[in-house]
Parts: sequence; C-alpha cells; structure tokens
Amino acid sequence: MKTRAIAGMFLAVAVTAGFLCVWRLQEGLDKERSKVESERDDLALRSPALMKKLSLEYAPLVGAIYWTRAVQYYGLKHYLGDQNLELLWPLLDISSTLDPNLIVAYRFGAMFLSDAPPRGAGEPEKAVELLERGIKANPDYWRFYQDLGNVYYFDEKNYLKASQAFEEGSRNPAAMPWMKIMAAKIAAEGESLETSYALWLDVYQTTTNKDIRKNAEVHLRLVKAEMDIREIDKAADLYAQKTKHRATRISELVQAGLLPGQLGDPDGFAYVLSEQGKAEPNAKSPLREEWLREKK
Amino acid sequence: MGMPQGAIEIEHLSKEYPYGFLHLKKKKSLEDLTMRVEDGEVFGFLGPNGAGKSTTIKLLMRLIFPTAGTARILGKPIDDVSMHGSIGYLPEQPYFYDYLTAHEVLDYFARFHRLTANDRSARVAAMLKKVGLDTAKKIQLRKYSKGMLQRVGLAQAILHDPRVVVLDEPMSGLDPLGRREVRDIILELKREGRTVLFSTHVLSDAEMLCDRVGVIVGGKLRGIGAPGDLVDMKAQGMEILFELSGSAGSLPLLEKATRTGERYRVQLPETELYSTLDALKSAGARILSVAQIKPTLEEYFMHLVETDRAQASAVEVSGT
Amino acid sequence: MRNIRTVAANTFREAVRDRVLYNLVFFALLMMGAAILVGQISIGIEQDVIVSLGLTAISVIGILIAVFLGVALVSKEMDKRTLYALLAKPVKRWEFLLGKFFGLVMTLTVNTAAMAAGLYLALWTVKHPLLKSDAYILVAVYLILLKLAVIVALALLFSCFTTPFLAILFSAGIYVAGLFAADLRTVKGVDLDSGSLRLMRGISYLLPNFQNFNVMGAVVHGRGVPGVFVWQATLYALVYIAIILTGAAVVFSRRNLK
Repeated sequence: MKTRAIAGMFLAVAVTAGFLCVWRLQEGLDKERSKVESERDDLALRSPALMKKLSLEYAPLVGAIYWTRAVQYYGLKHYLGDQNLELLWPLLDISSTLDPNLIVAYRFGAMFLSDAPPRGAGEPEKAVELLERGIKANPDYWRFYQDLGNVYYFDEKNYLKASQAFEEGSRNPAAMPWMKIMAAKIAAEGESLETSYALWLDVYQTTTNKDIRKNAEVHLRLVKAEMDIREIDKAADLYAQKTKHRATRISELVQAGLLPGQLGDPDGFAYVLSEQGKAEPNAKSPLREEWLREKK
Repeated sequence: MGMPQGAIEIEHLSKEYPYGFLHLKKKKSLEDLTMRVEDGEVFGFLGPNGAGKSTTIKLLMRLIFPTAGTARILGKPIDDVSMHGSIGYLPEQPYFYDYLTAHEVLDYFARFHRLTANDRSARVAAMLKKVGLDTAKKIQLRKYSKGMLQRVGLAQAILHDPRVVVLDEPMSGLDPLGRREVRDIILELKREGRTVLFSTHVLSDAEMLCDRVGVIVGGKLRGIGAPGDLVDMKAQGMEILFELSGSAGSLPLLEKATRTGERYRVQLPETELYSTLDALKSAGARILSVAQIKPTLEEYFMHLVETDRAQASAVEVSGT
Repeated sequence: MRNIRTVAANTFREAVRDRVLYNLVFFALLMMGAAILVGQISIGIEQDVIVSLGLTAISVIGILIAVFLGVALVSKEMDKRTLYALLAKPVKRWEFLLGKFFGLVMTLTVNTAAMAAGLYLALWTVKHPLLKSDAYILVAVYLILLKLAVIVALALLFSCFTTPFLAILFSAGIYVAGLFAADLRTVKGVDLDSGSLRLMRGISYLLPNFQNFNVMGAVVHGRGVPGVFVWQATLYALVYIAIILTGAAVVFSRRNLK
C-alpha cells in the first residue's frame, strides 16, 4: 500500500534525523562538560577490601580487569608524556588483592612503581610492599626476589637488603645460579656498572611484558653509556697524566692511542668531551637528556 | 448399615479463609456442607459466583484443605492420592503447557496412570477423536482457542476411564456450539454409567442434564434435589402469543400485554383462557401460540439468592 | 519414581521449548568476542582472562537461569493452574516438586556443558594446544553446577510460599549472603558478647556456603583442586539440597492453592 510505504520512509527519515540530533547534542554536551569539570583521573572505588567484597566470587576476573586498566593507564600516561602516575599504586593494589596469584601484576608494579619519573611513579617503598605481598601469596615464585633485589639495588640504593633479597631467592631450587653470585657481588661491592648491566640484561632477556622490556632497554642504554663514559674518562685521565693537560676532543685521545676509535653511544652518536675534559653524550644524542637527568 | 455407598460423600465440610490486616478476620467460603452424590448420577452444583461451588470441588480434589469436615470419593478418603486414578477432573478455565501440542499434553497426563505404552497411545488417540481435536493435535496449545482448551481439559479428565468425573464450570466461556458439545459429552458419560459432578451458574444446562442439583449460596447448601422437585410445579397460568394489526377496538387486555411490533404476549389465569381467545378472535387477532407458564429453576434460584442477601444484611445491621 | 521422571522430562522439554537455551547464543558471542579482543587488551594473561571470563559467565548466566527459571516454572504452574489438572492425577505433591527440581537440574546441566565446550573452544583458539592442566576447568564447571543445583532448590522452596518477585529476591539474597557466610565465622576484633558471636557462628553454618563451590582463583592460573575438596563439596551440596527440598515438600504439601 502506498501510504504504508510513505509512512515507513517517513519513519526511517525521522529516526535517522533524531539520532543525528542526538549525536550533535552529545558533542556539544561533551564540550561544555570539559569546561565545567577539570580533567582529573580518579578511581571511583579505592578500597581493595571493598572491591573484593563487591566482586562476590568473581574476584579473579575483576582483578584481571583492574590489571588491564593499570596497564592501559601506564601506557596512556607514557604516551602523553605525563609523569603523574598516582593511580598506578591503587590500581595494582586492587588487582593484587583481588587476584593474589596474578604474577604479572606484581612484576609490572615492581618495575613501574619504583622506577624514577618519567619512567615510573618513583615510589620504591610501594614496590617493596607489593612484592612482599606477592611473595607471601606465591612463595614458590623466585623471580619476585629478583624483582625485590632490583628495587633495593636500583631505586632504594640499599645494597644490604638487595643482597639479602638475591640470596633469599637463590635458595629456591628453581632459581638461576646467578642469583647467588649476584648476592655475593652486591654484598661485596655495592653498586657497580657491571652488576647493573647484568641485572638489567636478565630482565630484558627474560620478560614477556613489552613495557617492561622497553624500560629495561632504556636502562641498559644508560648503563652502557655510563660504562663507555667510564672508559673514555679513564683514557682522558691517562692522557692528562701523560701530557699534563686535559684533552678537549676525543680525537686527541684516539691519536694518543688511548682509545681504539671514535666511540658511539647506544643511539649511534659519538661521545664528546666537556669543557672540564669529562666524557659525555653528544648534544645531538637523545641519550643526553636522560643521562643528565640521571646525574641529578 | 447396608446402604450402598455414594460415589461422593461429603460430611460437614467447611473452609475458612483468613483475610484482612494481619489475617485476623475469617471469611467462610464453605460452611458445614453435608451431601452425597449417588453412583451413576449427574449432579449439578448451582450457585452465584463466589458461592462456594469451586471451593467444594477444589476441596474434593485436594487442591485446598478443609478447615473442618471430611469427604470420601468411591469410599476412599480424599487424601488418598491413589484414588485419583479413578477420578477425572476438569479445572475451571483450564490452561495447559503453552509449548506442548494436544497430543503431548494428553500423553503427559496419561503417563501418571499406570498404562502400558500401547494402551496409552491408543487412549490418547481415542480421546483426541472423541473431543474433536484429532486434526489439531500437532499444533501447540498456545495457538488454541478457549473452546479447544476446554476440550483438551475434558479429554485429560476422561482419558483414563474414570468412574467419577468432576467438572468445574465446564461450559464457561464456550460458544453455543461448544456448550452443546460439552453437554453431549456429559450425557455420553452418563450413558456409560459414570458419576458426573459439575458446577455451573447456567441454570438451563442444569435443568437439562442433571438428575439432581444442589444450590449453594453464600457458602451454604440451600437446597438439594431433582430439578423438578425443587420448583413449585403448579402451573401458574397460560400465556398467549398473538398478532394484531391495526386497532380493532381497544381490548382492555392489550394494556396488560407486552408488545413487539404487531406481536403481543399476554399472561392470564387458566380460567380466563377461553373467554380471552374468543375476544381475540372477534378482534381479528391471529393466534400464534398458547402455552402453560411453567416455573423455572431460575425463579427458585433467585428466591434463594435474595433470601441469603436479606439474611446477610440483617446480620450486618444487627451487628453480629 | 516414575512420576518424578515424567515431571522431570516435561520440565526439561518445557524449558527447552521456552527458548531458555538461547542464552547460549549470547554466551557464544561473548566468548568469541573475548577470544578476539583479549589478545589486544591483556597481553601475557590471555588464557587466564579467557578462563576467568568464561567461568564467570557460566556462573552468572547459570545463576540467572536457576533463579528465574526455577521461580517461573513453579509459580507459572500455580498461577496458570496447569498444576490443578496435574494434582488431580495419582501423583503426590512432593513427586511433582522433585520432578521439577530434576528437570531444572537437567536443563542446567545441558546448558552448562554447552558453555564449557564453548569455553574450551575459545581457549583453544587463543592458545593451542590444550594442556592436561586445562582439565581442571572441568572441575570448576562441575562445582559451579553443584552450586546451581543448590540455588535451584532454593528458588523452588521460595516459590512454594511467596510471590515470584519475592522468591527471586530471596534466592538472590541467599546466594550473596552465602558467599559471605564464612566471613561471619571469622569476625574478629569487634566488641560483641559471646551470645552474639555464637549466633553469628550459627548463622554462618546455616547459610549455604557458596565459597565451597568457588575454585576460580586456583583454576584460572592452571592450578589443580584436591579431590577431597571436590568430594566434600559434593556431599555438602547433596545434603543441603536434601534439606531444602524436604522443607519445600512439606510447605508445598500443606499449601492451599488459589
């Protein structure tokens, strides 16, 4: 019937037009809203105990959801270059409370809670707390001791505790032999570039989490750069001893036979010597900014 | 005692419902019913809506429990579930499983009786034919009309060859054809020697079918007996139906008559019959029929209902 | 026995024809979506998420079916008076009730088994091949089924004597309360007199402890469940169901139908 078809068409048009209006209106509302409320991240429910109760018997799933949120939170902040990671701890706190066996949450937290900004939240004591919880719930997982040792060593700079952590972890029959070696080395020497490099290398090689691997890579670069700089400085000091004045260019050290050649940093840029005759990364190198930050 | 036991025997059966706030008040929906239904008779429960007919039937079928009194069917007390194998029941406004077909419903109900598989399928087929649902048997019940559902209900009630059949308002909601069919089935059951108890508020059905009726009003049994015995059979005069065109004089009796167009109906005492007929003939009227006025069950019934109402309001007024 | 079986078979048939099993379509879509998305969203714990999502869905959907179907099937029969014709047959009221129970449990079993198969399929697409340790998922599913049977019994009990809405509310309420039953026992550090403490302990044992059927935490990470636990949970469920159904039979046997 003709009137039926016309009515049908009219209805289709009306509904489409209606939704177009809704869409436009929503965009307008969103714009107005952003003026009214300032952008603040927040977690509606912060209490892990409450979340656990609310999850009834489905805590592992809710824990996985919170873990996912934590990863995305970190990823977004990292992408935006925003250093404020204040929600990372609450998110991981809740995830690990809901699912105490979610290994990856502890490991992720260990790295990104303790690492200094802009790479992490800079809260190593929280990382320690998280790992200790992880150890309690998963006593057989020796890598938590590795993570604990790393936190003490790199961020808390507490070499005694770091050594103890590696020692404790080495007692697990599944642990890698280097744990015991590392425990002894740190007890004896404290911080050393070789130790740092070795520790970061193991993390880089064994992790399955891409954020962790990327971060380990960043650290490896820095340690490698430090090691190179140490070499160059040694050569520069030797040169100064011999010639009674400090070299101002790397090429002088090379010509003096103290360096095999122009050394490039992990990003491929040649090192330079500062006015004081100390080695440092090239101004063009992206490594320079990070290196300077570490020096502070 | 030597008296043959009735098919259904009811003694002092009563049912009270608590109602109102905190369930403190009690409504008596059935009070002290004592009666029998004899073997092989068709017995009708009459009464206005809410009088207690359905309540009685539900008590008999053990769907609700009496506050007092007992009853026996075929000599067994009503809480003997095995006795249900010999009785059939059609509930009021029956409704069955939407998604089953008539065939499946009947087969389902048949399974509760101890029949062999062959016996069961034979009986189900026979019942479907008997109630005229043979063609519709594979259609799901949710597509059935009310009349068809009623027929399914009847079928499941008599499927297992019961000696006593209890039907709660079997004619309600049916069109005249449906009612005729149900009436025929009831008569057939009677011919087969079964006892039939049914409730209805349609008096003409009761008059036509029942050997005896019981009238329940306000929860009490007001009268029981054969329909003919209950009404005053004394003829109450004659009724003449006639046609009169034009106005051939104004007969005084025309004022007493009810008129539809050119037809008139007038009632008069038997003694005046022939004088009136003569007067009509001379007036040029055409006599259509002459009949005795018989009292109906309806008048008897209405009388009982009004008496009950009067008693009820008297009770209210006196505050007891 | 025969009567119970007849009612059970009809209950199953009714549930199936009432398109209850269509919920499986929703479940299938959910699992498919999860299998596809989980790789993008939760890297490293794909199988954990699939298993915990699957088990959660099986549990939640199962509970919804148990409660709503359990209440609906009984109250519908009472409401629409399909029950009337049935009770006029030589069948006892408790036989009807048990038949309804078994019919519903059968429906739930079929439904749950189908969902478990869907879960394994999703798991297989995310990480082939399946390992022996994945068999523990079946243990979790079995325990969920036990839980559903208890909940169905509760739904039947409540629909024997309250309205459908209240029956649903009470059943769901006891489910939630039952999850926290064990917590009542371990209430510490609160100033309560010993009488109240004993009362709480009593209630904690009275309530059905649904945590007895919850092994998601272990199974999600590929850990097993001790056989003793499973046996005890089975016995617990059977005893509890027997108690509930006895209560329901008693209540129903004395109930005046409308």
